[in-house]
Amino acid sequence: MAETGAHQLQVSVVSADHEVWTGTASMVVAKTTEGEIGILPGHEPLLAILSAGEVRITTSGGSGAVRASADDGFLSVEHDTVTIVARNAALVQD
Amino acid sequence: MGAQLRVYRQKIKSAQTTKKITRAMELISASRIQKAQARVAASGPYSRAVTRAVSAVATFSNVDHILTTEKAKIERAAVVLFTSDRGLAGAFSTNVVRESSELVTLLQSQGKEVVYYLVGRKAAAYFAFRKRAAEQIWTGSTEKPEFETAQKIGETLVAKFIQPASEGGVDEIHIVYNRFVSVVTQVPEVVRLLPLEVVEGVEAPADNEILPLYEFEPEVGDVLDALLPVYIESRIFNAMLQSAASEHAARQRAMKSASDNADKLITTFTRLANNARQSEITQQISEIVGGADALSSKK
Repeated sequence: MAETGAHQLQVSVVSADHEVWTGTASMVVAKTTEGEIGILPGHEPLLAILSAGEVRITTSGGSGAVRASADDGFLSVEHDTVTIVARNAALVQD
Repeated sequence: MGAQLRVYRQKIKSAQTTKKITRAMELISASRIQKAQARVAASGPYSRAVTRAVSAVATFSNVDHILTTEKAKIERAAVVLFTSDRGLAGAFSTNVVRESSELVTLLQSQGKEVVYYLVGRKAAAYFAFRKRAAEQIWTGSTEKPEFETAQKIGETLVAKFIQPASEGGVDEIHIVYNRFVSVVTQVPEVVRLLPLEVVEGVEAPADNEILPLYEFEPEVGDVLDALLPVYIESRIFNAMLQSAASEHAARQRAMKSASDNADKLITTFTRLANNARQSEITQQISEIVGGADALSSKK
């Protein structure tokens, strides 16, 4: 059931007026008000407030990483679905 | 040219000019509906995510938060009206005003004092003409709503809500806006924003769907503190976007029927003008014939 898809995270980054990025990832690292948090597949349901800073998303297969800036947002995790929600979110270009 | 004929020709000209304007406005609105609709759709993921998070917190924590609990006694209620900045959109703004006055009658019958917050120049004009007081007015961005405006409105409302009623705060917040159903249907809708009715609307999770037990970081109360203003903002922004899409649709419809009416007028006046011309010619002929007869009978 839930275990079959437990090796990947479904990640979406949304800002107030559009969806910034969506895809699968193997790890998400974000900065909450309490400190940095890393999320791997199988993480327990979580709702955290983000502090200003970057969210790093390691895409599946470790082929690459996506970085997004998120201000005034929060992060929710459930059933390996990670949603990063911020008023202003944008991808950071290298 | 006869006087009658000239009058008809003038009327035809004026109807033609009006038609040109209304046709142009119709086309402009038609192209803007698409964009406005796309913006409503684009803001969907955000409001869905926010709503989901709020309902998760509110359902799974037994925390009593000021924004979710009903006050024992409700003294004052705020009503926010979302209208347009410009007219020529049929009953668009009127619908909202009518819907809100029904709501206000209901609230007042429950012994609540009502304060108004207005969005759009049309509502402002309506209130100014009737010398009704409005707490605050936002204008200038109803056709292309900006998130900053929603943020400002949200901040104002939440601040008023937190303030106790004895110091001029409000205990309830309602919004009235045109919900965009389709290009042909827009429904004026009343939603109680605060205290929160968790969770109403299309974005509510289904009854049989089990929401997971969440862990919160930092504490539940802090998460709610941070989340609820965001939720209010996203609801307001959504209302503004829907209202904008509805405005364009309403204007397109109003302008289409105006163009059709102009067409009808032009046809009617053209017929009348032809009649007038014909009868003028007939009269001239009979005058000439009569004159010739009179001259020839003299001999």
